[in-house]
Amino acid sequence: MASLTAGPAPGGGARRLRVMRVLRGTFYTTAVLFFCLLAASPFLVMGVVTFQTDQDLYKRGASPFDYEDMPTLEHLDNLFNDTRYLSFVRNSTVTGIAVVVVTLALSLPAAWALARLTGRRGESMGILMFIVYLVPPTLLFIPLFRIIVQLGLRDNLLSLILVYPSISVPFSTWLLMGFFKSIPPELEEAALVDGFNRYEAFWRVVLPLARPGIISVVVFTFTLTLHEFIYSLVFISASEARTLSTGVPTELIRGDVFFWQPLLASALLVAIPVGLVYNLFLDRLVQGFTLGAVKG
Amino acid sequence: MNAIMSRWIDDSRLMGIVFLAPATLYIVLLVGLPFVTALLFSVSTATVGDASFNYVGLRNFANVWQTPAFRDALVNTFSFTVIAQICTIILANILAQLLTTPLPQRRSGRIGMWIARMLLILPWATPLSLSVVGWLWMFDSKYSPIDYIFRELALLGPGTVWGPANNLIWLGKPLLAKASIIFVHVWRMTPLATVILMAGLSSIPTDLLDQAEVDGSRYFRTLFQVKLPLIMPIMLISLLFGFIFTFGDLTVVYILTRGGPITHTLTLPMYSFLVGIDGGNLAQGAAVSLFIFPVLLLVAVVLLRTASRAEVR
Repeated sequence: MASLTAGPAPGGGARRLRVMRVLRGTFYTTAVLFFCLLAASPFLVMGVVTFQTDQDLYKRGASPFDYEDMPTLEHLDNLFNDTRYLSFVRNSTVTGIAVVVVTLALSLPAAWALARLTGRRGESMGILMFIVYLVPPTLLFIPLFRIIVQLGLRDNLLSLILVYPSISVPFSTWLLMGFFKSIPPELEEAALVDGFNRYEAFWRVVLPLARPGIISVVVFTFTLTLHEFIYSLVFISASEARTLSTGVPTELIRGDVFFWQPLLASALLVAIPVGLVYNLFLDRLVQGFTLGAVKG
Repeated sequence: MNAIMSRWIDDSRLMGIVFLAPATLYIVLLVGLPFVTALLFSVSTATVGDASFNYVGLRNFANVWQTPAFRDALVNTFSFTVIAQICTIILANILAQLLTTPLPQRRSGRIGMWIARMLLILPWATPLSLSVVGWLWMFDSKYSPIDYIFRELALLGPGTVWGPANNLIWLGKPLLAKASIIFVHVWRMTPLATVILMAGLSSIPTDLLDQAEVDGSRYFRTLFQVKLPLIMPIMLISLLFGFIFTFGDLTVVYILTRGGPITHTLTLPMYSFLVGIDGGNLAQGAAVSLFIFPVLLLVAVVLLRTASRAEVR
């Protein structure tokens, strides 16, 4: 063991290195595990609570992680059959798909125009787009609420479909701009020589090449509509038109009565698929967030 | 005629305008117009029932400014945001360093890494309103799992440091409620900051790091004198995101405390919602939310300058 302190002894150096490596590996694993546990803690608890009976859950002082009774599916059954959860899921899905379509229709052409606008003007317009993305809904929800009331769209999913692209279009345009810039203009020129007009060249040559960017925009926009809270809370108060993000915390809690198991189960059921999708598309989403400062 | 048509179709400048127009028009109508409306509301007497325009000058701002609740909201919004950002950026730096450490390439290691990455980004991926419901249970006044762990560690309960009570009642005490809200913000923003920093770290040219090693630079010296200065611009960007998202957030406070106890955790978005939507006073609600604007403007300027400097380089 003396070789641990006396480095240069022959043979001891190698052992010391190995000990160091094991120590570092252990430290590394422990630290990463700690962070994982911290990040996932509410979801782990959700997973435990979902299958607990009321007796197990509301036992003061006892461990909240123990199962004395058999795990039960009663609360999931309750969530799907006795609450409006499935209607929240449907509303969120419908809104999400519609917003994706609107976002693509607006941001694809805009991104192309900005990418092909050469020089400083295109650049600064692009950054302007990005700044619009940063305008928080908190600043606009009161006037927008008034506008939605005026249009007669209160308690109607159309209100969300109309307003959500104001968050997704700027970011999507920014993201797609990067993709279009990486497509050489010569490809378009070649298509023009082949007898396409410019619009056909965009549709048949540029768009297929930008497919990875389009997929990122679809993922980003859909999850954004799942996440959004303020507009959904303000524009929609009828329970049958609620979406997931507001329906779960407002409708599944009645007054001061919390139905914790279905409530936490409903959150977990959304968290898992969205987490998986984010993990798959992480690198591309990050590219958008780093302002193109990092080329992936 | 046909020749004119085809020239018209092939004019790339015209195409640029045609392509840019819908998005621009949409943004002007749904971001620009509401913003101007917010300004108009804030100098009027608009309510939910009556949107006729009576100019009252800056009276709404003056009224709001004199309300103690508003002062609380203003101070809380700033302190929550700043403290949360400091904690987030420290944690994210540690985490990014850990996750970019090269590991022996084993299959089990790669699968483990994938699961770790999934767990680590869950706070950012999950809709905030749903994960905050999870935290509402974690902070429950009677059944809080956190309290249970503290009791097991002999930190809570009769005859312990934080005792004699069996529960901390996280959301019922001013200081603990504030800490809880800041904690949830940090928990939520750290994953995004981490992945942004990781992207920055991986973009550092490896020959630069090799050179540092050849020159005999130790781990922490390389970290503080090579890596951190190089990812400074990206760190700034991640700070700006965190700042904007935390500053304008309604979800955490709305679900956890609604601003309570009394007004101890009130923030500008929450107060704006209570006054403007719950109270129906659109004019004052708009005035409250406009206090967010100067901050946004400042962030935008910093962002523009960073971006243009990155361009020069």
